[in-house]
Amino acid sequence: MPSGFRPQRDPDALRRAGWALAALLVLWPILRVAEFNPADLFDARNLEVMGGFLGQFFPPNLSIDFLALALKATMETLAMATAGTALAMLLAAPLGLMLSHSLSISRIGPGPGRGAGRASRALVRGVLLVLRGIPELVWALLMVRAFGLGPAAGVIAIALTYGGMLGKVYSEILESGDTRPARELLESGSGRLMAFFYGLLPGAGQELASYTIYRWECAVRASVVMGFVGAGGLGQLMDQSMKMLNGGEVSTMLAIFLLLVLLADAFSVFLRKLLA
Amino acid sequence: MSTATFAERRAALGLCVHCWLTVLLLAVLVWTSFAYLSVDLSSLFSIESGSSMARFILRFFPPDLGGEFLRRIARGTIETLAISALGTLLAAGAGVLLALPAAGRFGAALKVATRFLLNFLRSVPELVWAALMVLAAGLGPFAGTLALALHTSGVLGRLFAESLENAPPEPARALTLGGAAPALAFAYATLPLITPQLVAYSLYRWEMNIRMATVLGFVGAGGLGQMLYYELSLLHEPQACSIILAMLALVVLVDAASAWIRRRQMRSGG
Repeated sequence: MPSGFRPQRDPDALRRAGWALAALLVLWPILRVAEFNPADLFDARNLEVMGGFLGQFFPPNLSIDFLALALKATMETLAMATAGTALAMLLAAPLGLMLSHSLSISRIGPGPGRGAGRASRALVRGVLLVLRGIPELVWALLMVRAFGLGPAAGVIAIALTYGGMLGKVYSEILESGDTRPARELLESGSGRLMAFFYGLLPGAGQELASYTIYRWECAVRASVVMGFVGAGGLGQLMDQSMKMLNGGEVSTMLAIFLLLVLLADAFSVFLRKLLA
Repeated sequence: MSTATFAERRAALGLCVHCWLTVLLLAVLVWTSFAYLSVDLSSLFSIESGSSMARFILRFFPPDLGGEFLRRIARGTIETLAISALGTLLAAGAGVLLALPAAGRFGAALKVATRFLLNFLRSVPELVWAALMVLAAGLGPFAGTLALALHTSGVLGRLFAESLENAPPEPARALTLGGAAPALAFAYATLPLITPQLVAYSLYRWEMNIRMATVLGFVGAGGLGQMLYYELSLLHEPQACSIILAMLALVVLVDAASAWIRRRQMRSGG
């Protein structure tokens, strides 16, 4: 370094310091509200519970009995996600078709039914918003109360939430592609359903399918935890093992989660390639 | 019908053998799922289950809108927002730290190890992390914050590593060739290039975490979820209904806000 060289001061230093100070001022109340207190982690009692629990993680419980139980729960989880997504599609398809502007006859020109069309679209939009706005686990908690413990509640919960998400996205996909064929069909007097099947589906089918598969993947993740509120599957097993502080069972199940998520990822990539 | 018109019709409909096989496979899978769960849909939608459902729904109305209870809901909402914000912030910090080895900056062995860690962090669902953190840190919002931070650092770490790998190396090389230390070169050449991406990913995850933070309370990790679980277990349906409405409002507002921001960004960008 030459002798006369002095590192230049950061010209932006004052502004940066100001921003940092402002961030700290915002952060402080957030830390207070979230009861942020890392010392809790090193509290003697918590350490004892957690230490004993983590100590049992090795070796994982690999007994045949438990693995059979876990396999059954895994199948139940996958079945819940699949059945729920299928019901969600059944719910979303008609609502998505109703919502989509590209299948609206009243929008083509001035005529009767414009108000009715607008009102029914607003209604469908509201229904979809409520369905997807309430988290799936809340739906599951409610459904467990309505239908009793077990996977049926989980299936309905996934069907409702994902029905809301799929319905909205279906209608957006149908509007985003080439809508001229459908419009042409509608203008020459075809029905809405025929306009959909011959005018929109050929162009949008692949995107609709691949979004549905993506949602199935999300549904697998969601149904893994449904059991925590009593809706069956792996979550229920996990909840029991955790309440009994059985570390060996929990570590086996964490490994199953890892496998399940990676496999669902791979399967959904495979399905989308098959469709492409 | 001649074969030519049949082939034409098939082409016009855009059907392919592949697609039909896939549809068939999916139909079989769906049917197997329903059979495996032995969910009887017809009994779910029968008249008597419909009327018991109606009675069940009616118990939730009218929602409790008393001033005292609304204040508690407001406190729960703020707690939920704080959990999600702090969890995402911690995750963004941890994500940057983990992204450096995951992008292969400290050798191949560390790269593989960090990638495995990131995959593990993100494959364990938030709710499971929350149940574990309740054991480690006790009941309350701190457990929820840690749970979100753990899961989200897995997600963000992977995304950040991808942006790091895709960032152009020239500016950093220019600084190191000029004699700057590698850490400084990273801070002044690479980081500014990827900051917009890091911020966008973090905001997007924050949006998802707000949704998630509303339910983490089911295992005792604070926020609106803990209130809902408590009120429902006491069979206080009107109170539960107001909490669910608050959750709905929160999710809808966050959705609208993020859509608004994205629209504005797109307009200023285009």
